[in-house]
Formats: sequence, structure tokens, C-alpha cells
Amino acid sequence: MSKKSKQKYWKENLRYLAILLSIWFIVSYGFGIVWVEGLNTIKFGGFKLGFWFAQQGAIYVFVVLIFIYVMLMNKLDKKYNLDK
Amino acid sequence: MDIQTWTWVLIGITFTLYIGIAIWSRAGSTKDFYVAGGGVSPLANGLATAADWMSAASFISMAGLISFSGYDGSVYLMGWTGGYVLLALLLAPYLRKFGKFTVPDFIGDRYYSDIARTVAVFCALLISFTYVAGQMRGVGLVFSRFLEVDINTGVIIGMIIVLFYAVLGGMKGITYTQVAQYCVLIFAFMVPAIFISIQMTGNPIPQLGFGDKGDDGIYLLDKLDGLHRELGFHKYTSGNKSIMDVFFITAALMVGTAGLPHVIVRFFTVKRVRDARKSAGWALLFIAILYTTAPAIAVFARTNMIETVSNKKYAQLPSWFSNWETTGLITFDDKNKDGKIQYLADDTKNELIVDKDIMVLANPEIAKLPNWVIALVAAGALAAALSTAAGLLLVISASVSHDLIKKMIKPNISERGELVVARLSAVIAVCVAGYFGINPPDFVAATVALAFGLAAASFFPAIILGIFSKRMNKEGAIAGMVTGTLLMLFYMAKFKFDWFGGGTKEDWWFGVSPEGFGTVAMIINFVVSLIISKFTPPPSKEVQLIVENIRIPSGAGKAHNH
Repeated sequence: MSKKSKQKYWKENLRYLAILLSIWFIVSYGFGIVWVEGLNTIKFGGFKLGFWFAQQGAIYVFVVLIFIYVMLMNKLDKKYNLDK
Repeated sequence: MDIQTWTWVLIGITFTLYIGIAIWSRAGSTKDFYVAGGGVSPLANGLATAADWMSAASFISMAGLISFSGYDGSVYLMGWTGGYVLLALLLAPYLRKFGKFTVPDFIGDRYYSDIARTVAVFCALLISFTYVAGQMRGVGLVFSRFLEVDINTGVIIGMIIVLFYAVLGGMKGITYTQVAQYCVLIFAFMVPAIFISIQMTGNPIPQLGFGDKGDDGIYLLDKLDGLHRELGFHKYTSGNKSIMDVFFITAALMVGTAGLPHVIVRFFTVKRVRDARKSAGWALLFIAILYTTAPAIAVFARTNMIETVSNKKYAQLPSWFSNWETTGLITFDDKNKDGKIQYLADDTKNELIVDKDIMVLANPEIAKLPNWVIALVAAGALAAALSTAAGLLLVISASVSHDLIKKMIKPNISERGELVVARLSAVIAVCVAGYFGINPPDFVAATVALAFGLAAASFFPAIILGIFSKRMNKEGAIAGMVTGTLLMLFYMAKFKFDWFGGGTKEDWWFGVSPEGFGTVAMIINFVVSLIISKFTPPPSKEVQLIVENIRIPSGAGKAHNH
């Protein structure tokens, strides 16, 4: 594998990390902590939205984020022929 | 059958299972002993990681903690799950590619320095010992509460079981017993939760049930907020802590999770880099089942408890109340002598003190569930405590036999010799852990926060920088780890144990509690590392090649000894 394609691979990986970690940060620290009071004015069923994110929603998003990363990286590995 | 008989039967069956697995999966080489041969499937590793991670605290204490703190309990829920995103995205794949046996291995090689290795070994031992003491105590507590044996006898029984499969099987034995232990603990956690959810809301899924309506047509959470207002507590769905503190505690727990050596080493046991990513996903999925159920249990138990005891005649309470009173975990003091229980936020009028651990342990009794369900909770709690203890003991024994003896003191030790030393250090580690379980130091309550704070302040920045910055050198990493660790220890000592003049809430730096200080210490570690490395020579070409190499997933050989 050439040095150049190694660098390209790493750059694409870093881009995925930046996007996924931003979502990670927003659902937990944003929705669950900083904006919790505002979101609590919205209700669905018996849940206040901010409270729900802090005790349920953020965790579901975390799980989904990891599996999305797994999928993206498997694709990326294939593209650069690194899946051997 | 009564509860005691059921408990003995279920504990007997599960312990036999663990021992059976241990005999079947004996370790034959150091590779078996440290990384289970390096061929564990992602699914099995996910299950094992989940059991490894979920301790006595997750199983017994967490739902109770949330039950008493409401929204503030979210720090544990988000903190102890969000760290897996960091693990999966920033650490696990690269450390797996690096392909060694321990965390100090990585630190020592990446920073080409035995000083760095020694600092890492010291941190790994400190973190693991503080953590394991609590687990052995948990084992003792479960035995004493459910089987009426002495707490110390309980600790010793637990020690013998762990000794058996950790020493015989090493990581290989631990991995497959952890798979079984996950199944036991999740079943034991979910069955009562589902029962109670149906009882209270008619919804069999607890995660949805606690947002549902009760028999009276009122949403459970609204009812609980109302009850809290009546009794003078803060609203259940909003918190008491400052946003700032919640933010820092959550961050410290997340980063600490990602830096705990007994969690990180689990990712050395899979075959390929892609398996490391995938097993992090499985692990979090299995953990999330328990972690999304815990807040539901918290709400059910809180409502149930208040409705059962508040303003009720003491003489007419159900039998579980007096059962738990004898253990000293519930205390009632009839201050106004009216024969009724006043449960209030105001300390001068409140007559009832309930230990947080009861919320999970007594919940099935409070909800009048069948005896076998109550016994199941005991078996589940033991599975949670034993699986975590075993994972920690392995880190301790590998730190001694591999990082200290093989890598530094006696490099020419034979494979068989190293295996003997590894087993021997596991035996000693179990004995030390047992000693702390029987004679718990007074700081046990503070230790969990300490372990996470230390992991965040020491390992996390060193590993991240080692992967994402080619320029990071040994001077920077060592200075960062030492500053971070010392600062964390200092802050804990000052505000938890009253050393160095002590201090109260008002004296906290930037208003951050000791639980959240790991985040501050971590940031300082990063800053110190980056500044020092700017003024010191960059690492050699070879080391920079190592970094380039771990970023590329292909060609990850099995974890090897070199």
C-alpha cells in the first residue's frame, strides 16, 4: 500500500470520527445535560424529552453509532483493500 | 420451596457451571492465559466484555442510586455507556492492531521507555486494586443477606471460586465463564423488572413501561414528581446538581470507562481489527439492555416504596420491611411517636432511612414476586461481582508477570516459567483482594470515583495521543501521566479524606466535585503532554512507523509475545 493511499485512508477515517463523535456529544452532553430544561417542556407519552434523552435516548444512539462506524469502516477497508 | 432453598439451588447450579467451564478451558500457554489465545469471536467477546464491565455496583447499586437521585442519576447511565463509543472509535481497533498483551505493553513500546512502562504498571495496579476490593465486598454482602452466612465466609467462598477459574484458565477461562455470567446476570435483572412493569403499568417492556400510565390513569413519572413535591424532595425528573457538575462527572465516567485496563484488554482477545470494532458494538448493546432497564426499575421501586410506607402504620407493614430492618439497611425512628412512618426530605422530621442497595435486592419482595425470582437476584448479583473481579485479577497478574518480570526484571524467563509466575501472581492478587473484602478500608465508597478518575487522568490521554499524534514523545507522555495521576490523587485526598487541609463544596476548584475531577485532570494531562513534547525531540523514525502501522487495519497478526 502506497504512502499516499495510507494517508487518504486515515483522512477518511478521521472524517467519520469527527461526524460520529459530534453526534455522540450532542445527544449526551447537549440533549441530556445542557439543553435538558428546554427539552423537558416537550412531552411524548409520560416522558419529558430531555429526561428521556438522559436516561434512555442517548444510550440507544450510542449503540447505533458504534454499529454505523463498524459498517462504514468495513466498507472503507474494502475500498482500500485492507480487509484481508 | 422457601427463598433460602431456592437461593442455594440457583447458586449451586451457576457455580457448578462456572467451574465446569474453567476445567474445559484450561490455559496451556501464556497467550491463552493473557488473551485467551487471541481467537475469541466478536459476539462472545461482546458478552464477556459486558459481564466484565457490569460489576456489583451496576447490578446492585445503580438502580437504587438513580431511584434516590432521579435525573442526577443520568450521570451513571450516560457516563458508563458513552465510554464505549470512545473505545470503539478511538482505542480498541488500534490497540488490537498493535497486538500485545497489556496496556503497559502499549505505553512502554509506543513511548520507547521503561519509565513510561513502570508508570503505566503502577497506574494499572492502583486502578485494579481499588476496584476489586469493592467486588469482593459485594460477594460477601450477597451471601450474608440471602443465605445468612457470615460476610467474611461469603468473601472466602467467592475467593475460592474466582481462584479456581482465574488461576486455572487465565483469560481463556475468564472469557467463557463471563459469557455464562452475562446470561445469568441479565436474566436475573430482567425477570423481576418485566414482572414489576406488567404489575404497575401493564406494559411488559420496562423501558416503555416507566413512561406509561398506572392503574389510576396517571403517568407514572408525573405521579412520582407529585409524590416528591408532597414530601419535600426535588422533582424526580429534574436534578439537584449543577449542570456544570453533571457535565464533568459524565465526562469523567465516560473517559474513565475507556481507560480502564480490564476493559481494554478484552479487545486484545479477538482475531482481527474489524472484530475489535464489532465486539465493542456487541458489548454496548448487551450493556444497554441492563442500563436502559435500570432507570425503569428505579421509578417502579421508588413509587412502590413511597406508596407502601409513607404515612402507613408501622405495625401493619408487610414482612419484607422487618426482614430488611434486621440487616440494618432500613431504619425507622418514630420521632413524633404517632406509630406511622413519615418519609420526608426534611431531616429533622424524616423517620425512615433506606439504603440504596435495597432497591434492587428487595424490589422483588416489595412487589410480592415468587420466591424463585427473589433467589435469582442473588445469583445474578454474584455473577456480576465475580465476573468483574476475575477480569481485574487478570490485569493485576498480567501486570506483574508480563510487564514487570518478563519485560523488565527477567527478560529471558521461559514460556513455562512465565505461566507459573502469572498463576502465582493471580493467587496472590486474589488473597490481597479477599483481604480488602474482609477488612474494607474506609475509602471503599470513594474508590469507584477514584478508579475512574485515575483511568481518565492517566491512561486515556497517553493512549489517544500515542495513536493520533505521531509527534508525541516519551517526555510528553510521561510528564502528562504523572501530572494527571498526582493531581487526581491530590484532589481525592483533599476533598474525600480531608488531607492537605481538606475542604468543603465551596472550595471545589471551578465548582467540580471529586467525582468529576477526572475530566479536569485529563485535560491537564493532555495540555502538559502537548507542551512538553513541543520542546523535546520527536520520537525516532521506527516509533513513527509503529504509529503509521497501527492506523492500518490489515495484517494484524495474532497477539504475540516478542
